[in-house]
Amino acid sequence: MTGTVWDIFILLVKVVGVFAALMVTVLLTIWLERRIVAFMQTRVGPNRVGPFGVLQTLADGIKLFFKEDVRPSNADKLLYGVAPVIMMIPAFLAFSVIPFGFAFGSERAQLADLNVGLLFVLAMGSLQVYGIVLAGWASGSNYPLLGAVRSSAQMISYEIAQGLSLVGVFMTAGTLSAAGIVAAQQGDPLLGFIPRWYVIFQFPLFLVFLLSGIAETNRAPFDLPEAESELVGGYHTEYSGVKFALFFLAEYLNIVTVSAVATTAFLGGPDGPAPDFLPWLWPILWFAAKVFFFIFIFIWLRATLPRLRFDRLMDFGWKVLIPVALAWVAVTAVVLVVDVNLPRPVLLGAIGVLLALLLLSFLLPSSDKEKADRTAPGGSTP
Amino acid sequence: MTTYFQAYGTFAALLVLSIAFVAVAFGANRLLRPNRPTPGKLTTYESGMDPVGTTWSQTQIRYYVFAFLFVIFDVESVFLFPWALVFADIGVAAFWEMVVFIGVLAIGLLYAFKKGVLRWA
Amino acid sequence: MTSSEQAELIVFIILAPLAVVTALGMVLTRNAVYSALLLVVNFFCLAGFYVLLEAQFVAAVQVIVYAGAIMVLFLFVLMLLGIGNEVVVKEQMRGQRPAAVLLALGLLVAIVGALAAGVFDAEPASLAAANEGGNVEAIGRILFTRYTFAFETAGILLVVAAVGALVLGKRQP
Repeated sequence: MTGTVWDIFILLVKVVGVFAALMVTVLLTIWLERRIVAFMQTRVGPNRVGPFGVLQTLADGIKLFFKEDVRPSNADKLLYGVAPVIMMIPAFLAFSVIPFGFAFGSERAQLADLNVGLLFVLAMGSLQVYGIVLAGWASGSNYPLLGAVRSSAQMISYEIAQGLSLVGVFMTAGTLSAAGIVAAQQGDPLLGFIPRWYVIFQFPLFLVFLLSGIAETNRAPFDLPEAESELVGGYHTEYSGVKFALFFLAEYLNIVTVSAVATTAFLGGPDGPAPDFLPWLWPILWFAAKVFFFIFIFIWLRATLPRLRFDRLMDFGWKVLIPVALAWVAVTAVVLVVDVNLPRPVLLGAIGVLLALLLLSFLLPSSDKEKADRTAPGGSTP
Repeated sequence: MTTYFQAYGTFAALLVLSIAFVAVAFGANRLLRPNRPTPGKLTTYESGMDPVGTTWSQTQIRYYVFAFLFVIFDVESVFLFPWALVFADIGVAAFWEMVVFIGVLAIGLLYAFKKGVLRWA
Repeated sequence: MTSSEQAELIVFIILAPLAVVTALGMVLTRNAVYSALLLVVNFFCLAGFYVLLEAQFVAAVQVIVYAGAIMVLFLFVLMLLGIGNEVVVKEQMRGQRPAAVLLALGLLVAIVGALAAGVFDAEPASLAAANEGGNVEAIGRILFTRYTFAFETAGILLVVAAVGALVLGKRQP
């Protein structure tokens, strides 16, 4: 019986630890975003509260607790309160299958290693649509409803691309489990220096995953749900106080989770050179470094790119990302089935780079005829 | 067996913890916030104008088409996940099975496309 | 009873009444959006049951497809139609109620018949044997070898239903 009590104690420590770490990461991310965007726009950014302004987010969060909770009189009383909660909880839960290190003694550094693994993350992601739809509907107001319809259409479209982009990873790893995928990416480096991470062997899917991840989290340049120039605040226009804070928290939690999934599936998770000194700590540091690398990309893109028009956003998802992901799955399948003399990873890597170049060519300025087509009227907002 | 339940137990613990977090946040907010509603505050926000018309606005039917496409592709990707795992074991047969499956899907979509269903706007 | 069996029982005792209550609520609620949401909660209870039965993949699919896709389509339709708090309940098809009663009775007869004929009497293969090498892998192995025909048929059905709905929806704006 003491064994069970001890197990439960360990479990609680891990759960609370991960919860706290996620919160701190979110606070840091928001601060980093404000500082980095400020730096890119030659401003200063928050620098008063705490060293370098690190505690600014905490101060803002506490402030929101003292704010009046204004609920429009024709809002749906129950669902108006439930929507931000539905938005936030899946974002927390999704993190539970991510391995953030290798082991503390006999305990693994992962909350739960499920057989369905990353499928669980996708399931949690698919629930977030409810938060948005309900927020828009329950507000009983026009802007939130428009924002909700629009952003749920966006989220479901990119969810497909996100799911398909992981299929290639599952094929090469042969498992859905997050720990299994990390283990499959370990091993001796190719040619002595190239790690066996899927970012190399599944490069097109990595791009698809990253782009659809940005769209899933409603971040710039895909931040149409809250396009302030068209829809005020989108689905959370009518929200204030702590309920608004929950939406905000959910958005940044999603960024952290998507970064963590990208790290696990494509960058080898906690894999990295580890000296003998404190061997349990290094994987965690590697993991954190990779996650913050992705978070930086998120922030960088926001500071750099203008927002897409909605019809082009949908076009990009359905006509570029999904076909590319499917085509790459087919390529991976052929490479895995056909017997060749070349080592398969090298072949996949080579084809991947070619396909990625093709994908990137969509970013080049289009020809004049195409341009005329694209600026034709009719593709306006809902 | 026990690790199986332990894994889902952890998941349940995280669920309870996050619900507790929300409850505490809402409770603290209830204690700390002022509450001075005025009719003006409680109207819906329409950029400073008085709200016009009903709270519901007509949305384009084209969104419905995307929701439908989403269901089709979602089911398709659900079939792809187990296929991705066992594909290497079964080999060429599994490859052609999936080609036929996606081919049927593609023909259907092509038909819808020709009918002009998928055109945006 | 081992501790995992106890855990199984406790979870079942929590989930089963919830499933029944949400199912009843879904039928009885007048508000269409609440009705849809209660159905989603019911789907979660089902996913919980699947987890208890160690059918993890089916549980994940239950959440991804039913809760995440099909109910989203429902909510979309509700928002497009602009159904607010009052729903006009009108039977579209004549003879819908008698037909429903007949079909329900037919299902009952089929289930009782199957039980009486001893369909479930066979000794079950062990769960460990069925899930060997992982639940998802086991499903994939059997789906793409023994049940290929069913799989392809499901694909055709899916496309015919979906494309049919899209094309028919276009014709009557």
